[in-house]
Amino acid sequence: MISFKLNGQSVRSPVAEATPLLTVLANDLQINGSKYGCGKAQCGACAVLVDGNPVRSCTAPLSSVAGRAVTTLEGLKDGKQPSRLQQAFIDEQAAQCGYCTSGMIIQAQALLDRNPKPTDAEVRSALDGNLCRCGAHNRIVRAVLRAAKGA
Amino acid sequence: MNHTLTSTRRGFLKTTGYVSLAFGIPLDAALSQTAAVTAKPRLPGDLNTHRKLNAWLRVNANQTVTLLVGKVELGQGILTAVTQICADELDIDLSRVQVISGDTALVPNEGVTAGSFSMPYCATAVQYASAEVRAILLDLAAEKLKQPLDTLSVHDGLVSAISGEQVAYWDLVSGEALNREATGLVKPKPAHRHRYIGHSVNRVDLTPKMLGQAMFVQEHRPAGMLFGHIVRPPTYQAKLLSVNLAAVQKMPGVVKAVRNGSFLGVVAKREEQALAAAKAMAASAKWQVDKVLPGHEGIFEWLRKTKPNKLIDTKTQVRVGGEPVVKTMQATYQRPYQMHASIGTSSAIATLGADGVMLIQTHSQSVFETSVAIAKMLGMDPAKVRCQHMQGAGCYGHNLADDAAADAALLAAAVPGQTVRLQYTREQEHTWEPYGSAMEIQVQAGLDAQGHVLDWDLQVWSTPHGTRPSGEPGNLLSARYLEKPFTLPVPVNGGPPNYAADRNAIALYDFPGHKVLTHFITDMPLRASSTRGLGAYANVFAIESFIDELAAAAKVDPVEYRLRFLKDERARDALVKAAKAFGWADWKKTEGRGRGIAFARYKNIAGYCAVALEVEVNRRNGRIRVLRAVASADVGHIVNPDGVSNQIEGGLIQSLSWSLKEEVKFDDTKVLSSDWASYPILTFSEVPPVEVVLIDRPGAPFLGTGEASQGPTGAALANAVFDATGVRFRRVPLTPDRVKAGLSKT
Repeated sequence: MISFKLNGQSVRSPVAEATPLLTVLANDLQINGSKYGCGKAQCGACAVLVDGNPVRSCTAPLSSVAGRAVTTLEGLKDGKQPSRLQQAFIDEQAAQCGYCTSGMIIQAQALLDRNPKPTDAEVRSALDGNLCRCGAHNRIVRAVLRAAKGA
Repeated sequence: MNHTLTSTRRGFLKTTGYVSLAFGIPLDAALSQTAAVTAKPRLPGDLNTHRKLNAWLRVNANQTVTLLVGKVELGQGILTAVTQICADELDIDLSRVQVISGDTALVPNEGVTAGSFSMPYCATAVQYASAEVRAILLDLAAEKLKQPLDTLSVHDGLVSAISGEQVAYWDLVSGEALNREATGLVKPKPAHRHRYIGHSVNRVDLTPKMLGQAMFVQEHRPAGMLFGHIVRPPTYQAKLLSVNLAAVQKMPGVVKAVRNGSFLGVVAKREEQALAAAKAMAASAKWQVDKVLPGHEGIFEWLRKTKPNKLIDTKTQVRVGGEPVVKTMQATYQRPYQMHASIGTSSAIATLGADGVMLIQTHSQSVFETSVAIAKMLGMDPAKVRCQHMQGAGCYGHNLADDAAADAALLAAAVPGQTVRLQYTREQEHTWEPYGSAMEIQVQAGLDAQGHVLDWDLQVWSTPHGTRPSGEPGNLLSARYLEKPFTLPVPVNGGPPNYAADRNAIALYDFPGHKVLTHFITDMPLRASSTRGLGAYANVFAIESFIDELAAAAKVDPVEYRLRFLKDERARDALVKAAKAFGWADWKKTEGRGRGIAFARYKNIAGYCAVALEVEVNRRNGRIRVLRAVASADVGHIVNPDGVSNQIEGGLIQSLSWSLKEEVKFDDTKVLSSDWASYPILTFSEVPPVEVVLIDRPGAPFLGTGEASQGPTGAALANAVFDATGVRFRRVPLTPDRVKAGLSKT
């Protein structure tokens, strides 16, 4: 039985410790904010924060989050309101299909947490491992910079 | 004006209590491919094939309007655009419009959502249907209020007479009011009266996605759902000799191990159990493997030497009289197989219900035709297979969405009464999707003394660009591996005006002699089907590269050279506006840098788009850095400016990714590009800033946007690299290795 905090709530999972965290989040805990993209930590669609650090949940075993705090897209909200970063993504319409978006927001949140005023180049560098196929990259960068500006 | 809307698929599905004037179209009628439309006046867009107003619109007692459309959301923003149009023409607030799309039991069969057809066909139908419903509602209001029609005005569904009396839409409609055929005679509003059309509106589906609401089929989790995985053969041609099903059946959580011929799959209680069982199944399977593929380096030779199924005279315009040809130029261009490469792997959920209906939630672009193909594969009555569209990751054409639906149905058929969810692995998605076809294009021009084109002669060699399900089980991947296999129907090439392999093979330039010959090869070393733009990407790459070569040979500015032959005023305008925004006239050449421009009107009937790029080429390592990009777009009357910008910019960036990096690698048995490491795509640090110049044409027909920038971008890149280096690259992608090798020859 693995216990951890998910978006501030204590949860316990009885499944095998080697099970990917993504599988537990998506199938057992009804989390939408981490999505299967590659299963190889190559695309970033499954990104979550573990103790504030961005982690690819598709390759992280459940056991790796024992006793830790996991934050998904759902956990970024400020009460019932979108977080500043989420609102910036909405304002910039920073997506097309939106499948990669939650991973982008998570990765960008990790950046802003350690560097509240990043440059355009720093945003691109931080997101370089997150793949977008629709070509929404520039909108995504603008959204992150907008959120940083409002901070 | 930015309006925010939130709505979810589940919200749509919960809509109930509508006034009894609209009914779900019976399943058999919805599935019927042909509507009797002969001898009736032609109606705008898809109203022509679905003529009843209540097939499109319901006015509900709960003060909402339900819009029913056969086109589906792929991330291109179509549901937002039709919502804007419906709200504008009906004079209601955007938030009152609820859309049901792509449910084969409920909505008009509008065929496939593809080819940039959704705006001209679906949005036009919605516009005319909404305008006519508004007129009917106003007639009803005049009657009820006993006031002259011309004294009535509407605000958000509330009809007011000058006398002060009021009645709302929701209180007007009863019985059969909208159960009638559209006349198409009620004209939509003039552009200056639009409140939503022409204004940027937030996409209806993006806010919930950004907040983590369940919006994708991958997030739909019916209670008690089981998980499926399948095992593909090691190669296309492999046949299953043996497999240890009994051992797999005993594995933890396994509900059912399935074998049907060479099709293998498993259903388990948990996803990781299904995956483990599928792995064990694959490990125990013995296959017969044939070595039959030409390999990625051999594909162009293969295209040239393989006998085409058809030689198509796409265009034959023989020059009559005029000057003699004094010079001939010729060049050959190549495009490898390229992937749709969705970020989310394809997924579907299927349930064979107690009522005998196979219900499938799918992100297919062709829910109607796919449901028929699946029914035939399963030997079921087509009326008993119902597809419901739910969003998936962007697909950019015919990817594995339909195969996921078919595979989920095959597994669900093995466990009746239970719901099965299937999502492919990344390796399955990369190696089994139907790619954009490899193509070779040869262009020859006969020129006069000034370098003007007298004779233009283009030839295309290509395998098919359309193997969509189309109601045929042989187009479903797994159906070919069943014990009683279905064979792939011989693909056909689409003819005019849209074409397929030869899409955009006819240059929009006015040349005295102009021939296009298409070598349509139906053998397929790799599985191929519709990928954003079909043949247009490679054909425009060839045409717009070659015209640049001709301009350079004539020592004429490439913009000016194009304008010599470009007679269409809107085309000229798009080209000139892109050049102007780029700063073409004032641009100064510096060492290692270059600029390139290219133009096309998608399909020669849809959106106009010109792209200008500036690049820097590192001669030492062959790396191309795209410094900035400008695109102009004329897509007719613009409904959602931000949506159009998003599509044009997104298409440009995706096309840059194709043109700089993407090539499906394969050997003599199988595809080797199995993940993002072996098939890399453009990343943030490689994406240039993009400026989009929109050219609005209020009142003009909607032209469609989604594929307009694919073609021009590839050519603009090659042209810019030529400008930077003096070396012409005629094969995409322009990888560092290829560029370095090309530069070393100079």
